[in-house]
Amino acid sequence: MTLAEISKIIEAEVITGKERLDTEVKIGCASDLMSDVLAFAKPDAILITGLATQQVIYTADVADINAICFIRGKQPDPQTVKLAAKKDMTLMATHLPMFVSCGRLFAGGLRGLGYLDINLKDGQR
Amino acid sequence: MAKDKTFTKIQELTYELKVRDAMIASAITVEPKQSVSELREVMRVNRISGAPVVDQGRVVGLISIEDFIKCQAQGELDARVEQKMTTNVDTLYADEPLVHAVRKFDQHGYGRFPVIEREDKHLVGILTKGNIIKCLLKKLEIDYHEEEIHRYRASHIFEDIIADRTRLLLEYDIAAKDFDRAGQSASELKKTLYRLGISPEVVRRVAIAAFEAEVNIIVFSDGGKLTVSVCSDRITLAASDRGPGIPDTELAMQPSYSTAPDWIREMGFGAGMGLSNIKNCADEMSLVSQVGKGTDLEVIIHLNGTKRSQSTETTESEGHATPEPRTREQP
Repeated sequence: MTLAEISKIIEAEVITGKERLDTEVKIGCASDLMSDVLAFAKPDAILITGLATQQVIYTADVADINAICFIRGKQPDPQTVKLAAKKDMTLMATHLPMFVSCGRLFAGGLRGLGYLDINLKDGQR
Repeated sequence: MAKDKTFTKIQELTYELKVRDAMIASAITVEPKQSVSELREVMRVNRISGAPVVDQGRVVGLISIEDFIKCQAQGELDARVEQKMTTNVDTLYADEPLVHAVRKFDQHGYGRFPVIEREDKHLVGILTKGNIIKCLLKKLEIDYHEEEIHRYRASHIFEDIIADRTRLLLEYDIAAKDFDRAGQSASELKKTLYRLGISPEVVRRVAIAAFEAEVNIIVFSDGGKLTVSVCSDRITLAASDRGPGIPDTELAMQPSYSTAPDWIREMGFGAGMGLSNIKNCADEMSLVSQVGKGTDLEVIIHLNGTKRSQSTETTESEGHATPEPRTREQP
């Protein structure tokens, strides 16, 4: 699924990185907990989160994630957008809540970690 | 289709650069009351094919060589510029990203746009397609050159230096409670390790461990530093702080155990996963803490790969098992 398709499915407005909308995304990663993102995220993922701080950008950067979608109408401040642009990331924002965003994307064909090579053990979370 | 990298780089630059960066600041202009024959002289002397028409600093029209040729054909060289100019001129703001200009050129097929200041609408320059190309080439050259120098210098350190052992030491100061900058050092470290030519998988593990350690220092300690030592076979990440220390390191190592205040949780951290994340990234790890003195965390990651990927798979037996806070050998 490309970033352009994702933004269409969840009615997200692209904030920065429009030039990379044809990038292919393999998995979705939805979390408000940055430690979980660091622990589980894989490259070529889109991060769907209700947090819109600079730490989200740093987290994504360290976890090799190049696309982030903010949900529930959260908007990052200009400094956060600038940081993302500097790191060649695409940011988008939707008014939809987390559950609906993920549901629509899953229905649209995007999969999460559980469908790939990782089975989360009970003890992990 | 394979993606053309230069193309995306240029696209990126058109977002980054402003119209002001590319425009010619000293625009040659004519006034509405001037005659068309005067316009000819202005174009001839300055070797330009058109000019904005300006009245008291504001752009009121645009006149080009085409307008002039029409006038000449109809014998109207005495006509005033204001009678022959194109009114309703499309302009660009100096602070707009260059990509807007590129789009306007595509849409309208004009040869030039007057550039005005957003506040007072006064003319400050003019932009042609040629100006855009020149500006992009210059920027590309600078960027390319800088990155080349970085890469070259970094990746040759270990080859160029003659010693029995070489160790590159990187230090990052971490201020207490400075949450706005949390993640910055890890991010910088990641970029640096890439430049050193270290494999992406290892860079990722070091960066994740560094990020969590950085957040820990910011949130819980009175300040400290990250020290990263790069050798030919391993990377050692040491996070040390000046206190207050952890009373029970064994407890702190347990996943989901947390003493973090609410404000940290609101920022997406503080769920008690930091140390276990670090452990998952490490080949060896030790955590030593003395209440009142400080905490020293050391993480070793081998460069020749012992641990697979990000090690979410290592938890089968470790998930609820008692974690070992001291040095741990990997199978």
